[in-house]
Amino acid sequence: MSSDQNILVKLNNAGFSINDKWLVKGVSLQVEKGKIVTLIGPNGSGKSTTAKIALGIYKQIDGSVEKYTNKIGYVPQKISIDWTLPLRVNDFMVLTERLNNETIDEALSLTGVIHLKNKNLGDLSGGEFQRVLLARAISKKPDLLVLDEPVQGVDFTGEIALYELIKKISDELNCGILLISHDLHTVMSATDHVVCLNGHVCCSGSPMEVAKNNQYKALFGEQASQILSRYEHRHDHVHTDEGEIKKN
Amino acid sequence: MLDDFFIRALLAGIGVAFVTGPLGCFVIWRRLSYFGDTLAHSALLGVTLAFTMEFNIALSVFVISSMIALILIQLQKRTNLPGDALLGLLAHSSLAVGLVVIGFLTFIRFDIMGLLFGDILAVSVNDLLIIWIGGALILLTLKFIWKPLFASTVNYELAEAEGLNPDRAKAIFTILMAAIIAISIKMVGLLLITGMLIIPAAMARNLSSSPQSMVILSIVGGLLSVIIGLFTSLEFNTSSGPSIITAALLLFILSLFKIKQSIKLKN
Repeated sequence: MSSDQNILVKLNNAGFSINDKWLVKGVSLQVEKGKIVTLIGPNGSGKSTTAKIALGIYKQIDGSVEKYTNKIGYVPQKISIDWTLPLRVNDFMVLTERLNNETIDEALSLTGVIHLKNKNLGDLSGGEFQRVLLARAISKKPDLLVLDEPVQGVDFTGEIALYELIKKISDELNCGILLISHDLHTVMSATDHVVCLNGHVCCSGSPMEVAKNNQYKALFGEQASQILSRYEHRHDHVHTDEGEIKKN
Repeated sequence: MLDDFFIRALLAGIGVAFVTGPLGCFVIWRRLSYFGDTLAHSALLGVTLAFTMEFNIALSVFVISSMIALILIQLQKRTNLPGDALLGLLAHSSLAVGLVVIGFLTFIRFDIMGLLFGDILAVSVNDLLIIWIGGALILLTLKFIWKPLFASTVNYELAEAEGLNPDRAKAIFTILMAAIIAISIKMVGLLLITGMLIIPAAMARNLSSSPQSMVILSIVGGLLSVIIGLFTSLEFNTSSGPSIITAALLLFILSLFKIKQSIKLKN
C-alpha cells in the first residue's frame, strides 16, 4: 500500500563514484511516511554512501534522487567535531533549528541524557554523545530521519531501548526512517523494508522475505536466538576487487 | 569633537573591534588564520590600485581581496597543491607585486610604515563613516548567515543534510573577510589585521564555555585592546597597529591564568 503522496525520498538507480571507483551503484529505494527502511550489508558495501545520496550530501551522482521534504533529521556515522569550539549539549541541540526549552528537554529525556544538557560536548563519552546525536535529530520532529548506525557505542540495554524509541518515534511522528545498522536482530522486528547492499542491491523486501531469501535463512531460523548476535552475509555471487559482480 | 584625531581613531577602533570580535571567532573555529593573512597581504595591491586610479582605498582593497579569494578557490579546484602552499603563494606574491608597483609610483608620497602597521593620524571622518556603515553591514550579513555558517563549522554534512546550504554561507563569509580587512586596514595595518581577528578571539576561547559567550568576550577583548593600544600609541608615539596588538596579547596572557585556575578547580 504505497501512495505517491507518502513518499519522502526516492532513489532511482542511484550511484556514486570517486575517481572512477564506484562506492555504490544502481540503488533504487524509497522511504515513505511512517515506514522504517533498513540498509544492511558488510563494511564498505555503500550503506553510508547511499544515505548521503538520499540526503543530497553527494551531488554528482548517477541516476536521480527525488526529495519531497526538507524537514530532515540526520545522525551521521562518523562525526568529527573540532573542539576549538566551546559547545555545550544545549548549543548543539539548536544547531540547525531553533527549538524551545521544553522541546530540547523532552528529546534529551527520551534518549536518557537530560542530565548532560549543560555539559561540554567534548567531555561526553562515545555512547553519551551518540544519545545526544539521536536526541538532536528527533527534537526537530522531522518528516524523514536518516540514522547511520545510531546506537554505536551505546551499552546493550540502552541499545534495545533506543531501537524501541526509534520505532515509537516513527509511529508517533509518522515520519519515515532510513536506518543503517549492523545488528540485524534488534532492528528486524521494527523494520518494514530491508535493503541488502554490497556495492549494489543484493536483495530487498520485507524482513521475512529477506530472511527466507537463502542467505538469511540461517539467521532467522530456529536457532535464531543463539546466533542472533552474529550477522553472516552470504552471497549467491562473488565480487571482484573492483566490486563488480562475478556470477558463480 | 570629531576634529580631534585621537577621538576619530578611538571611534574607528571601536567600530573595527565590534566586527573583528565575531568574525575572529569564526576565523579560529574554521582554522582560517592563514587565509586571513593572505587576504590582508593582498590588500597592499588594493591600496596601490587605489592610489593609481584615485579610487577609494577601502573599496579597492575590498575588490582585490575578494578577487584573491576567488582565485584561491579556483586554484584549489584546478591544482594538486595543498591549501597552505596555495595560500603562501598568493600571500607573498601579492605582497611582492604590491611593493614592486609602489616602487614605480614615484610621483606619490607613500607612507609604507603606516600602510603596514596602521596610522591613527590617517583616520578621517570619511574613514569613520566607512568603518561604521561597512561594519554594520558586515554584522547584519553575519547575523543573517549565522545559522548555516555555524552549523557547517560544527559539521558540514549535518548542515548540508538538513538543508541549510552551507556552501552559500561559506562564500558569503569569504566576502565578509575581505570586507573587514578593507575597513580596518588604516587602523591596524595590513601586516597585523589577522592579529586583531585572532588574538581577542583566542583570549575569549580561554574564558568561555559557549559560542555566544566567546563572541561577546571576543568583542570586549577587542574593545579593550583598541582603547589600551591607542592610549599607549598616543603616549609613547608608537604605531597604532602594533600597540593595539600588543595590548591584545597582554589580555590573552592574562586569560591563560584563568585557565590554570579552572583546571585547578576541576582537580
